[in-house]
Amino acid sequence: MKIRSFGHALPAQEISNNKISEIMDTSDEWIQSHTGISSRYILSGDETISALGAQAAQMALDRAGLSVSDVDYILCSTTCGEMIFPSTACLIQRKLGASCPAVDVNAGCTGFLYALDMADAMLARGHMKHVLVIAAEQITRLADWTDRATSVLFGDAAGAALCEPGDGLKAVHLTAAGNADVLYATMDGGNCPYTEPKQKAVPLQMAGQEIFKYAVTQSSKDIHHVLAKGGAKASAVDHFVLHQANRRILDAARTRLKQPAEKFPMNIETHGNTGSAGIPVLLSEMMGDGRLQAGDTLVLSAFGAGLTSGAALLQFNI
Amino acid sequence: MSTYETIAKLLAESKDLDVNDIRPEMGFAELELDSLDVAELVMNLEDELGVPVEIDESLRTIADLVAKVDNAK
Repeated sequence: MKIRSFGHALPAQEISNNKISEIMDTSDEWIQSHTGISSRYILSGDETISALGAQAAQMALDRAGLSVSDVDYILCSTTCGEMIFPSTACLIQRKLGASCPAVDVNAGCTGFLYALDMADAMLARGHMKHVLVIAAEQITRLADWTDRATSVLFGDAAGAALCEPGDGLKAVHLTAAGNADVLYATMDGGNCPYTEPKQKAVPLQMAGQEIFKYAVTQSSKDIHHVLAKGGAKASAVDHFVLHQANRRILDAARTRLKQPAEKFPMNIETHGNTGSAGIPVLLSEMMGDGRLQAGDTLVLSAFGAGLTSGAALLQFNI
Repeated sequence: MSTYETIAKLLAESKDLDVNDIRPEMGFAELELDSLDVAELVMNLEDELGVPVEIDESLRTIADLVAKVDNAK
C-alpha cells in the first residue's frame, strides 16, 4: 500500500488561550508552558465534523486527481463520532456523494494508524484500488470544560489519506493494553426502566502524569520496533510525525530518540490536540507547503485511549 | 550509587541544577518542578533503576520519592 495524497479541514472558529482565560482560571503563560498550545480550532454549533471529514477527503482526492467514484471504501477513525449511529464514515460518505462501503474505527488517538493498517489489509486482497482513510475528531465535545487542566488541550479537525496499492508502507506496529482507568469518557445510561442505577455521562478524564509516562516510553518503544521491523535506521527518516498531544511529550520523546528537532514537525501550537486527526492534518499541511515530498521516509507514531499505541514506517507516494 | 544520589544526578542533568544545591527534604514545588517534570523524573528513574514507580498524591519531596523507590526494590 502507498499513501498518494493527504487532505485536511479545520473549523472556522479559532480560540486563543487568552479567549479561554476569559471563562476559566487559567492564562496564556500557563497553557503554553505546560502544553505548547497557543490556540486551537473548535467546531461551532453550526458546523459538523462529518462536513470537515468530507472536505478533508475531497482535498485528498483533488490532490490525487481522482473523483469520488474512484473510492472503493471509506474508513473513518473517530473517538467521538458525530452521532452514536449512523457512523461518521456513513455521514461523510453521504456528504461526499460516494456509494462505497463506509465504517468507523475507534482506537482513540491511535485510530489513524489502526485504520491505515486495515486499509493495507483491504488493498492486499487485490479487489480495491482506492481506500480513503479519514480521521475526524470533535474531542472538544467530550472534554470536561470545568477542568482547566484537560479542556484547554483539545481542538477539532479532520484529516484524510488516499491509499492505493503500492510499496510505500514498509512496516506497522500496533499495541493495545486494555485500561479504562487513566483515559476515558462514558455515555449516560439512557432511560430504560430496567436499568438501575442509571449511569451518568462522564466527560473526558485523564491521569496526566500516567499518560505522559505511557506516551513517552511507548512511543520510543514503538518507533524502535517499527524501524527494526522495516529494516531502517532512524538517521534515514526524513520526518518523525508524532501524535500532537502535548509539546512536552513530543520534546521528551524526541530526546529519547536522539534525533534533530527539525525532523519533528509540529502543529500543536496552533491546533492543540486533535486526537487521531493530528497526524494526517499535519501531513496534509506539509504536503501543501512543500515540506513533504514524494519518496520522503516517514515514521508515524501515536498513542491514545485503550490504551492503544502504534507506529508506521512508510515512504510517501511511492 | 544510592537512590538519592541517582535522583539528584538525574535532576541536575535535566533541570540544569548543581547537585550540591539539592537536598532530600526539598519539595518538587521548591525545585520548580511541575507535574510533568515529576513524571519525567520518575520515568527516567524507572529506566535507570529498572523499578516501576507509581505516581500518587503522597509524592511531594525527593525524600518521598527515595522511600517509594527503595520500597519497590
